[in-house]
Amino acid sequence: MLELDNLTKSFGGLQAVDNCSLKIASGRITGLIGPNGAGKTTIFNMIAGAMMPTSGRILFQGEDITGLPTHQMFHRGIVRTFQIPHEFGKLTVLENLMVVPADQTGEKLFLGLFSPGAVKRREAEVRKLAEETLEFLTLNHLRDELAENLSGGQKKLLELGRTMMTDAKLVLLDEPGAGVNPTLLKQLGNMIRRLKDERGYTFCIVEHDMDMIASLCDPVIVLNEGKVLTEGKMEDVRRNERVLDAYLGGGEEAA
Amino acid sequence: MDQLYGYFLYGLSLLTFGGIYAMLTLGLNIQLGFTGLFNAGIAGFFVVGAYVSAILSTAESERHLGGFDWPIPASLVAAMLVSAVIGWAVARISIRLRADYLAIATLGIAEILRLTFKNETDLTNGARGVSYIPKPYENMPEPWNQILMAAVVLAIVAVLYFLLERARKSPWGRVMSAIRENEGSARAAGKDVDRLRVQAFVVGAAMMGLGGGMMAHYLKFIDPNAADPTTATFLVFVMLIVGGSGNNKGAILGAILMWTIWSATEIFTSMLPGDLAIRSAYVRVFLIGLMLQIMLQKFPDGLLPEKRLQSSDSR
Repeated sequence: MLELDNLTKSFGGLQAVDNCSLKIASGRITGLIGPNGAGKTTIFNMIAGAMMPTSGRILFQGEDITGLPTHQMFHRGIVRTFQIPHEFGKLTVLENLMVVPADQTGEKLFLGLFSPGAVKRREAEVRKLAEETLEFLTLNHLRDELAENLSGGQKKLLELGRTMMTDAKLVLLDEPGAGVNPTLLKQLGNMIRRLKDERGYTFCIVEHDMDMIASLCDPVIVLNEGKVLTEGKMEDVRRNERVLDAYLGGGEEAA
Repeated sequence: MDQLYGYFLYGLSLLTFGGIYAMLTLGLNIQLGFTGLFNAGIAGFFVVGAYVSAILSTAESERHLGGFDWPIPASLVAAMLVSAVIGWAVARISIRLRADYLAIATLGIAEILRLTFKNETDLTNGARGVSYIPKPYENMPEPWNQILMAAVVLAIVAVLYFLLERARKSPWGRVMSAIRENEGSARAAGKDVDRLRVQAFVVGAAMMGLGGGMMAHYLKFIDPNAADPTTATFLVFVMLIVGGSGNNKGAILGAILMWTIWSATEIFTSMLPGDLAIRSAYVRVFLIGLMLQIMLQKFPDGLLPEKRLQSSDSR
């Protein structure tokens, strides 16, 4: 579904991503792990169009999408969440969801003002979808609360919820489990699995919680210093000596 | 009786000035209140609107460009359009700047516009300004001319309010607030943030141009001092923040309230003996600044805070 071809991103002298090539297969939950600074978030930013690669290509469903702006990536079906929740703080929870869908008639100023019928019809659809999403997220009781007043975990749920308001094909989750308590973590994992099965989303997850990765992801891609170290099932990756070295800082490469 | 009549006329002037300022605060509310754009160049769009409407509607004069003799409504529309076009050009080059940098850029552009009007003497009569600008209903007997002037201004404000409330409650208003709250997330939700920000900036600039045009017709005179940032930018900011940024009612309330305070303090300072009266003008500016400071610390959301639509509200 998505292919990175010799992707490189350098910040000054630092090669955050260094000739990285990998593939994300359709219909799977791919885990992207690696020690801090391995280039995971940078790769996300480039796929989502928030950062321009220094060189290399990004192919999505066979098409070259390298360097397209974020909103165009979205319209092609690539949706991302953020490591630190990026809620719209002074909008209500319901509005946070309703703002997301594409093709909103009422977002055109003229139509918003002078075509109430068409706007209302589309709003009703969007609202129905938002209400279903709130139900799914178990946030229904907070629909009129300002998003800035939610707890950290609830914001994480809302972050996932925004991806459900789209016709996403590929969903990039940047540390969905960071700062989330174990119960909610389990719940989040179940939601992600359900979204894969029920909606056919392909997921790519960056995560530091290895239990979450082990229970959700197949395959797992390990990055280190901007390169792919290895790829495989979690149980195999776990035993890989180079992976252990990278995480523990040993080995000749890190010297 | 005469005194009462005087108060009545004064009240009308407060409403007229307050209403014209409300056009500016409503315009700023679209930019800052809805979309989070820190436009510190209100004075620039205001003065463009004022000059465009003045020059198009005045009779021929050898002091400045003119002789078009347009009817006032047409020249006001032109004022809005020209301000909008300039707003578009400004936005195109500066809209990607982060909050305070946008403020610096727009402040500079407003100053460029002011100096242009001051120095292009063939076009604008320079520092001596454009006079004999037609005023609506000026041939009516007093007090009807004043009453009708105030009524026209307030009617325009009412129409703007009606439209902007609709816009605020529509998905357009929602996406603008989303951009204000979190630009990155709005982009990740597929919104063409740059295009939408330009749009908000242009609509706001057009309303500032309208306010400028109305002011020129009301005062019958315009000179480059109208673009003084104290009264044309700073005061407008204070009005919106006191009234409630993001709230259209608040924008109008803030404009009329702050104009009343601004104007009424002059009554008291003018009673002071000569030298003090001149100095006290600066105290007024200081007091307005102090008020802003207190509002921001104690009531940062203003007198009428922004309200979000609840799920039970009809849309």
